[in-house]
Amino acid sequence: MTDSILKPTRRVLLAGGAAAVASPLVLRKAQAQGAFDWKKFSGQSIDVLLVKNPRSDLMQQAEKEFTELTGIKVSSEQVPEQQQRQKAVIEFASGKPSFDVSGISLHVQKRMAAKGKWFENLDPFIKNAALTAPDFDFADFGAGPVAYARQADGALDTIPFFVDYWMIYYNKELFDAKNVAYPKTMDEMFTAAQKLHDPAKGVAGFVSRGLKNANIPVWTSLMLGQGMETVSPEGKLLTDTPEAVWAAELYRKLNKETGPVGQVGFNWNECQTTFMQGRAAMWLDGIGFATPLEDPSKSRIVGKVGYGVTPPGPKAHYAGMFADGMGISRGSSKKEAAWLYLQFMTNKKNQIAMLKAGAGAPGRSSAYLDTETIQASKFGKQYFECLLASAKIARAGLPQIVPVTEFRDVFGVALTNAIGGADVAAELKKATEVFAPVLAKSEQG
Amino acid sequence: MTSTSLPASMPSTTQASAAAASADFTPRYWLFSLPAVLVIAAVIVFPWLFTLYMSGQDWKIGGGVEFVGLGNFAELMKDQRFIESMGHTLYFTVLAVVLPIVFGTAAALVFHREFPMRGLLRTIFVMPMMATPVAVALVWTMMFHPQLGVLNYLLSLIGIGPSGWVYEPSTVIPTLVMVEVWHWTPLVMLIVLGGLAGLPKEPYESALIDGANDWHMFRHITLPLVWPFIMVAIVIRTIDALKAFDTIFVITQGGPGTASETLNIFLYLQAFQFYKIGYASAVVVIFFVIIIMLSLLLLYARQKSKWNA
Repeated sequence: MTDSILKPTRRVLLAGGAAAVASPLVLRKAQAQGAFDWKKFSGQSIDVLLVKNPRSDLMQQAEKEFTELTGIKVSSEQVPEQQQRQKAVIEFASGKPSFDVSGISLHVQKRMAAKGKWFENLDPFIKNAALTAPDFDFADFGAGPVAYARQADGALDTIPFFVDYWMIYYNKELFDAKNVAYPKTMDEMFTAAQKLHDPAKGVAGFVSRGLKNANIPVWTSLMLGQGMETVSPEGKLLTDTPEAVWAAELYRKLNKETGPVGQVGFNWNECQTTFMQGRAAMWLDGIGFATPLEDPSKSRIVGKVGYGVTPPGPKAHYAGMFADGMGISRGSSKKEAAWLYLQFMTNKKNQIAMLKAGAGAPGRSSAYLDTETIQASKFGKQYFECLLASAKIARAGLPQIVPVTEFRDVFGVALTNAIGGADVAAELKKATEVFAPVLAKSEQG
Repeated sequence: MTSTSLPASMPSTTQASAAAASADFTPRYWLFSLPAVLVIAAVIVFPWLFTLYMSGQDWKIGGGVEFVGLGNFAELMKDQRFIESMGHTLYFTVLAVVLPIVFGTAAALVFHREFPMRGLLRTIFVMPMMATPVAVALVWTMMFHPQLGVLNYLLSLIGIGPSGWVYEPSTVIPTLVMVEVWHWTPLVMLIVLGGLAGLPKEPYESALIDGANDWHMFRHITLPLVWPFIMVAIVIRTIDALKAFDTIFVITQGGPGTASETLNIFLYLQAFQFYKIGYASAVVVIFFVIIIMLSLLLLYARQKSKWNA
């Protein structure tokens, strides 16, 4: 060491010069981070399980910067949604998951995660100034998404970094051609769809998911218009109540009388394709599916898309909410390093990057106030207005129970049968009878 | 056949020394077969015994395990979805076996004859068989789209209204069978063509002298002689159709509703969507029994169809 100082080699001189040039940048970065020590867990490596989607792509792109900042190595894996859910369930059930951090769909796995004690409670981490950067600003996360991420016992086991609100995409050109105004109520939604429905021209007044399982959020979004979710906070099924029947009747009318041919087998992708090709006047679905609609290489309706908040129902006005969260495995031995990863990936900069890339709606409120991003976005002002307005009236779109997938399956079949002409009330009653023991059993043990 | 001719020749040689050798080396022979026995026990016998064991448990991943004996089987017998899925499997299997057999045999008869560009056309005909099932399913899904798919466009050109294809409960299984027919008819054609190539010419010459027409020759000479090959094709197609999963799952996921939910899809839902491992294992056991019974029936039919039987 002494030798190298006294007789510096060319390599040492170059390294020293580079350090001198870079030092103001490093200092500036250090000042920006305050006194927080990001390098505290340098040398550790963590494993991350992600769902395959554009948000995970962004996270993987940001890994290099994270490693430079913290010295923590990240090994992440993107797995398609269905398989990722299976992997998470099986590995968490084993008690020794192979990953330190995992993403989950709160609308499907929230209660399962709580029951199986999958994740650490993040509240102590957030409150710990030695572990949380001062600019993390957890209060910036929307109240709705945070409430959604919190478990019944108050524990926050995931950071809700992505939120999807259900809203109406509508074709302004078709609306203008028939001089139809955007519906002010759910009932008006049906009358507007009737006016816009034109099978001779290959245009459906309305399109939404008909495929079992996928179709449930359409029904539950309509049911929120009655101020009611499908399962009460006490865990009682409300799926055969008059309100549930009303929503299912509206679902049936919209799809059967104003939907396209074969919509009973449509998932979101068929709906999206139909709408994108100008073959449907309205499409009720998540705002996260907007990106290709404004892509001229894929869409025939670029610049003609209207983004409307789900209209109010007879008793209430809500937008169905779905969200993804990320948490730290309870079995992880590197929880602190994993927490630094979570902080970094959900910080303000990365949440804005998500909005910029059209990869979905971030959980942080500040992202929507970033005027630079909004002005540069290919989505118009109406898109962001719809997002913000939906966020204000957001409510869980799926029941917060353990057997969500079975719920979607059983009631999905009932809705499909309803479109096929079966009696709505009888189908819902039958499905409720089938599902009630499944729900009861899921809460035992 | 080979096994029956060997013992006849052996006693005449060195019967006593062979018996002695057999007595000496038997334990060593057992040792040689041990690796194979262990592999079979590990990859076939153990999974089966474990599945059988699990079928008697009420076990959901993430939950407790409770012994229920035959409870899962009793529940399955009352499960309307399970019974419907058996019906769908049967419906799908019958169509997905019979149609490729009929079309494949017909195609083999055509390609057995000499005509210009026969080789090129035969190559084109067998191409679907080489495609990956998932890729095939995705391409067909796009073609089935009621509004944007090419099939309804083609129908419109001849004045026929749009069909719901896989998007209508009434047409979903026949449409899925259509994909199977397109995909697997070439295989049947190849098997039957192999049979036709080996047929003797003499019976046809005799029949022609006796004044038989084409139909008579097909009905009384070709079909009986090629029947063993058709039976092989039936066995292969039946096994394939029974285990069909990828195409159905990619195209319909068992929908609309439960209209195309076969036993495999039902099983997948129970095991990997609802995580009911015990219940799914009971489905596997029942499915296994059905396949064994069907295989025995087909093997019996194949034995009966042999030329020398």
